[in-house]
Amino acid sequence: MIAASTNELAIETVGLTKIYGSGNTEVVAMRDVTMQVRRGEVVALLGPSGSGKSTFLTAVGLINPPTTGTVMIRGTPVLDGPRELTNLRSFRRQHIGFVFQKSNLIPFLTAVENVQIAMQVNGETGRRSRIRAMELLDYLGVADRASNRPAMLSGGQQQRVAVARALANHPSVILADEPTAALDSQRGRQVMELFAKVAHEQQAAVIVVTHDHRSLDVFDTQYEMEDGRFKS
Amino acid sequence: MNLAIKDIRHNLGRFALTTVGVGLLLMVVMGMGGIYRGVIEDAVLLIDRVDADLWIVQRGTRGPFAEVSRVNQNLVHRAQAVPGVATAREFVYHTIQRERDGQPLRIAVMGLDWPNDKGGWLPLSAGRALENNHFEMVADESLRLPLGHRIKLGKETYTVVGLTRNFISSNGDGMAFVTVADALAIQFDVPGEATRLERAARESRAETFEAVLQSPTMIDNAQRPAIARPQVGAVMVQLQPGVAPNEVAKIVEGWGDVTVYTADGQRELLLKGTVDKIKRQIGLFRILLTIIAAIIMALILYTLTLDKIHSIALLKLIGAPNTVILGMILQQALLLGGIGFGIAYVLGQRIFPMFPRRVLITDEDVLQLGLVVLGISVAASLLGIWKAMKVSPNEALS
Repeated sequence: MIAASTNELAIETVGLTKIYGSGNTEVVAMRDVTMQVRRGEVVALLGPSGSGKSTFLTAVGLINPPTTGTVMIRGTPVLDGPRELTNLRSFRRQHIGFVFQKSNLIPFLTAVENVQIAMQVNGETGRRSRIRAMELLDYLGVADRASNRPAMLSGGQQQRVAVARALANHPSVILADEPTAALDSQRGRQVMELFAKVAHEQQAAVIVVTHDHRSLDVFDTQYEMEDGRFKS
Repeated sequence: MNLAIKDIRHNLGRFALTTVGVGLLLMVVMGMGGIYRGVIEDAVLLIDRVDADLWIVQRGTRGPFAEVSRVNQNLVHRAQAVPGVATAREFVYHTIQRERDGQPLRIAVMGLDWPNDKGGWLPLSAGRALENNHFEMVADESLRLPLGHRIKLGKETYTVVGLTRNFISSNGDGMAFVTVADALAIQFDVPGEATRLERAARESRAETFEAVLQSPTMIDNAQRPAIARPQVGAVMVQLQPGVAPNEVAKIVEGWGDVTVYTADGQRELLLKGTVDKIKRQIGLFRILLTIIAAIIMALILYTLTLDKIHSIALLKLIGAPNTVILGMILQQALLLGGIGFGIAYVLGQRIFPMFPRRVLITDEDVLQLGLVVLGISVAASLLGIWKAMKVSPNEALS
C-alpha cells in the first residue's frame, strides 16, 4: 500500500440516506452513510449487489442526490439532501471524473476527442486540450490508438481512454463503478494500479466500487457496504 | 470540436440519405410554389406584354379572358377617333385543338392587328416577327413546332417563322400568333359542305316567300355568302403620353355598347376569376406540404436525437453545459435543412423545366422558402431538444 495521501479532505459525506418510492413501495437504498476521503487516497468500496454501493457513488458524484445527508467536495458543501447548494453540472465538470463498468465513450468521437471533449466543455481551447489529451493517452499507454473510434479499441484500451477522460480536468475526485468488470484479471489489475498511480501522483481522491478481491492490495482504504450502510 | 459534424461523419451514409429525402420533399414544396407562380405569370403574361392601357370589351362582360366577348371590328376605328388615343388594335384570341403525330395539340391563337402590329413586341428566341399579312405564324417553343414547320389550320397552311419562349395561355397551352384576319379565318372556318347546305336551305326558304314569287331574280341574292362579318374579342387601346386612362375610359363607356377596363382592372379580373381557384388550391397544397415537411423533419431530428441519447447523457455526466447539447442538435437541424434546401434547388433547376407547365422559381420565392426552411429546421429541432433536455445523466450509467 502506498501512503501518499494528504490530510486535505476531498470528499466528506455525513448521514447520507437514499429512499426510493414511498409507503408500501418504499426502498431504502442507503442509510446514514458517513465517509471521509483525503486527496491522494484510494478507496475500495466493496459489497454484494444491491448493497447501495452505486447509490452512494452516484450521490457523491452529484448525479443522484440523497434523500437526506450532506455531501462536501474539497470543503465545499454541494448537496444538502436533495437541495443543490451549487450548480452541480458545473461542479461535476470541474472537480469530478467518472469511470464506469462499460467504458462509456462517445461512439462518434475518436479516443483523443473523447478526452478532449471533457476539457472543451470546461472551456479549454482545442489546441491545448489536444496536447493534454495526447499526454494523458500517452501516460495511460494508448497514445497509438488516439485516432481510433471506441468501436476499434479493445475493452482495456477503452477503459484507459475513459480513465484519461476522467483525469482530463485535474479532478480532485475520481469515481469508478466496477471499472474492471469487463476486463480479464491481468487487465483488471493494471487498471486498479493505474487508479492508485493517478491518485498518488495527481493527488486525487479515488473511490472504486469493485467485486474484485484480488486487487485489494492497491487500495489505501476499504469500505464494505451491506443493506445500504457500511459494515463495521 | 464540432459534435454535430463529428456525429454526421460517423453516420454519413444515413445522414446523406436522410438529407436527400428531405431535399426531395423540399423540392416538391419549391415546385408547388413554382407552379403557383407559373400559373399567375402565365395568366397575366399576355395582358402585361401586349401593353394596352385600356381594354374595350362587349357591354356587360368581363372581357375576353373571363368569358365570351364580341365587339364589331369597326370599334377599332371608333376608338381610334377618341381624343388621347394613340393606337387601337383588334384583339382576337381563341384556343384550338388539333392532332399532331397522334397527340393532341392545343394552341392558343392570338391575332395581331396587321399592319399596325406585326409582333415586334414578342420576345423571340429564334426566327423573326410576321412579314406577311397571311399564312405566317410565330409559335411558342412549348408547341414543339420548329422554325419552317408548316401546319394546316382551317383551309390554309401556316409557316412558323418565329419562336417565343414561355408564352403560355392561362390554361397552360402554348400560344401562336398570326394576323387578325388569319386568326378569324381559323376561328370561323366553315367547311364547304356546310356553306352549300346553308345556301340550299336559304334558297328553299326563299322560294316560299311572296316577294320572291313576285320577283324571281331575288333568288340570286339567297345564293350569295350569308356568313356575317366576324367579330373580334376586344379592342386594345394605347393612350398618348400623359393622357389619363380614366378620362378616355369615361368617353368610351358613354357609347353604351361596350365596357372599358384598364390593364390593371383586366389583370385583376383575370386573377380573381379564371385562375383564382387553381391559385388558391395550389397555395393551400403548398402550405400543407410545408407543414408535412416540418413534421417529417421534426421526426427525423427526434430520431437522430434518440440515437444519441446515451451520448447526450454522457455529455451531461461529464458536465457539458446545455448549450453544447442544444448546439449539436440545432446545428444538425440546420445542416439537414440547409443541405436539403440546396439539393432541392439544384435538382429543381434540372427537373422543373421538364414539367409540362411552367414552374417559375423566382429569387424572391427561393429566399422566402430558404427562410421557411430555416424556421422549420429550428422548430423541428425543438422536439429533439426537448427530449435531450429530459435525459438524465443517470442514463449514461445504464
